Amino acid sequence: MLSQFYAPFPTVSKMESSLDLSLIRSFLSEIASQGRTALLPALHAAQDFYGYIPEPVALEIAQTLQIPAADVFGVIEFYAMFHTQPVGKVIIHVCNDPACALAGADTVFKQLSRRTEYALETGEPISVTVEQSPCLGLCDHAPALLVQNLPATAAPEITWQELVAHTGRRPQTYVDGDLRLLTARCGKGHTTSLEAYLAQGGYTALRKVLTIPPERVIEEVKASGLVGRGGAAFPTGLKWESAARAEGTPKYVVCNADEAEPGTFKDRVLMEDDPHQVLEGMIIAAYAIGAAKGYFYIRGEYLNAYQTIRHAVEEARTANLLGSCILGSDFSFDIEIRRGAGAYVCGEETALFESIEGKRGFPRIKPPFPTTHGLFGKPTVINNVETLANVPLILQLGANEYRKMGTEKSPGPKLFCLSGDVRRPGLYEVPFGTPLRHLIFDLGGGMRSEAPFQAALIGGAAGTFATPDHLDTPLSFEGLRAAGLTLGSGVITVFDSQRDLRDVLFRLARFFAEESCGKCYPCQMGTQRQYEIMSRILNGQTRPGDIERLQDIGWTMTDASLCGLGQTAASAILSALSHWPHLFQATTFS
Amino acid sequence: MNQPLVSLTIDGIAVQAEPGITILKAAQLAGIEIPTICYHDHCTANALCRICVVEVSGARTLVPACVATVQDGMTVYTHSERVQRSRRTILEMLYASVDLSEAPEIQTMAQVYGADPQRFPEAERRTLSPIDDNPMYIRDYAKCILCWRCVQVCAEDAQYTYAINFSGRGYETQISTFFHRPMPETTCVFCGQCVGVCPTGALKPKREWLLEQGYTPEAIMELTRSERRGKKRRANLAA
Repeated sequence: MLSQFYAPFPTVSKMESSLDLSLIRSFLSEIASQGRTALLPALHAAQDFYGYIPEPVALEIAQTLQIPAADVFGVIEFYAMFHTQPVGKVIIHVCNDPACALAGADTVFKQLSRRTEYALETGEPISVTVEQSPCLGLCDHAPALLVQNLPATAAPEITWQELVAHTGRRPQTYVDGDLRLLTARCGKGHTTSLEAYLAQGGYTALRKVLTIPPERVIEEVKASGLVGRGGAAFPTGLKWESAARAEGTPKYVVCNADEAEPGTFKDRVLMEDDPHQVLEGMIIAAYAIGAAKGYFYIRGEYLNAYQTIRHAVEEARTANLLGSCILGSDFSFDIEIRRGAGAYVCGEETALFESIEGKRGFPRIKPPFPTTHGLFGKPTVINNVETLANVPLILQLGANEYRKMGTEKSPGPKLFCLSGDVRRPGLYEVPFGTPLRHLIFDLGGGMRSEAPFQAALIGGAAGTFATPDHLDTPLSFEGLRAAGLTLGSGVITVFDSQRDLRDVLFRLARFFAEESCGKCYPCQMGTQRQYEIMSRILNGQTRPGDIERLQDIGWTMTDASLCGLGQTAASAILSALSHWPHLFQATTFS
Repeated sequence: MNQPLVSLTIDGIAVQAEPGITILKAAQLAGIEIPTICYHDHCTANALCRICVVEVSGARTLVPACVATVQDGMTVYTHSERVQRSRRTILEMLYASVDLSEAPEIQTMAQVYGADPQRFPEAERRTLSPIDDNPMYIRDYAKCILCWRCVQVCAEDAQYTYAINFSGRGYETQISTFFHRPMPETTCVFCGQCVGVCPTGALKPKREWLLEQGYTPEAIMELTRSERRGKKRRANLAA
């Protein structure tokens, strides 16, 4: 999956021999006291300083942080963004997941690779690595590209020099919907500053919260009916209550901003456009459970969001919205920001803890659950970005008003990421219960071309397919469940009738094979076998018994995998098997 | 232990068990056999092979018996259709991935569950050449089923040596030293714990391996002695 090209300079051997360990040493001296939890930050620093992680640097990190060298190597090997071999000075990621594939991402990848080769031949002074990558959260701007982890457009008018120098314009997500509460300050083309957020009533919920006991805050969140927006839909108030009551200190709040479900970009928009709304939710969560420290774990590929959140945290500290005795109260809380490094599985909550702790992102066995044994083994609340963004709204409106939106069983507003063959891909905010048809055909402007609607993948790679029969299904937890669908993280990827869904299924199978952590057998081998079979089917080499093979693999992964990744890795394929079994059968010629 | 016993049913049999013990142990005490692969009495249970999964009434997914503890009123089925499908498929996928020729327990298990070793005929196998980089043991990762026991005994489960960890991830995962260094250049103390817990012959004493290769005990004595002195290297063996 990796195509690497090096310009004649700087040569690899020169880099190796002139390795300056003082760069990493001075970085390590600042964080050495943290020990193993500083490992990912140290590896990011090494990758930035040297362009890869040379063996002597890895050893230096191991010795300084007092981590076994073999473990450090294990961690480097786990994360896609860390390299043990030199890579180009400029790294270009091209997405290869379904929404971008529809828009020609494979062609863009081939052309960029060819352009790099050409530049090399002509002696153009560049050092570029072009890599294919899983979903980059820019599905509304398909085909998505990242240049040095910042989004770029694949527009034909952009020149090679502009692309490599990254002077192209920043893609802007289209934000719309029947409601504009969570997205009130999103889609404006700029980040909402602290000043602007305060001017629009920002942090009034926090001010209010600081005057009432934490139990009341938890009661209000419980009464609101808020459930997690990351995909698992666990009741947020219950989670908070359980962590608040758990024995053991310190307690932690973690914001899960490791958004990587193919087709999802809602958390990226919330972070980039209105970071304080999320921070306010996180501070309130910390107050409710009695946490003094929080971690904000952002996907490695989301450099923009990382920079925005970092700036917002600085702003909040300056305004005493973070730090000691927040706004004159006796409540103190601060946030440390962590970057992931290219591992979808780290969106799984316990894998995310392992990652913060400086380990490979292997999910843990549950129980025990995070509310009692979470980060560093302590009681922890971990919430998704969108979940936390709902919190200030709930406390401003009150649970009763909040519940007037949506349905009885799925109250509140919901963000949907619409992409694929629709006229207006973007981020849409609607009340729960909105029919799928309204979202695609009214808000999204309907199909992009003449070809009619064939299917929509709801919930991302871990999701299920909706057919034309499902268009009137209300987008609520109960409505979708009744139709045999899942809400997941709120992804809707639309396919018109000209699309070969086998290609989509092949890409999803490849995605899971590449992102499986490899810990439990069903997922480690099942994702690989599933990928091999889908690859054959795509190439027309269907074998008798393939349907049964896919079903056995699929149900074994669903039933027996250790974490949510494996348990949903066959979801889309099993769903397609029930809707369109003919896709998996050998083509018969008459 | 004066806590009241927990009452549960396993395969229709009423069982009384001490609170806190695993379903695996409770079943064993009741004379019900649940198969295991990665589980080892002296290693931390990681519940990763999932061969020991059982069906528990009310649970959404199957439950790994090696770590799940008994609960009062629990109803457990250790051989339901769902359980058998998972076990059979995992075994079939294992056969398609690695060389199980020296794993008799897994071979027997495959027979019991009717697993077809040829179920995935075109699968990409993990074919790797044996690593012969030290005088004490051979690492033949084409036979490695990634049960993690060697990594665990090298670390906190026994030796605190930390010579090995992982490289890659997913299906590409392998047991590895720091930057694939030869074993003598690592923290390995050649205690042999890893060889002792390996269930598939992926780790093997060098002597045993050489005997299999047709070397006489005398030739082996000569070879390993000189290797220990560091006078001869890998090339000699190949010659």
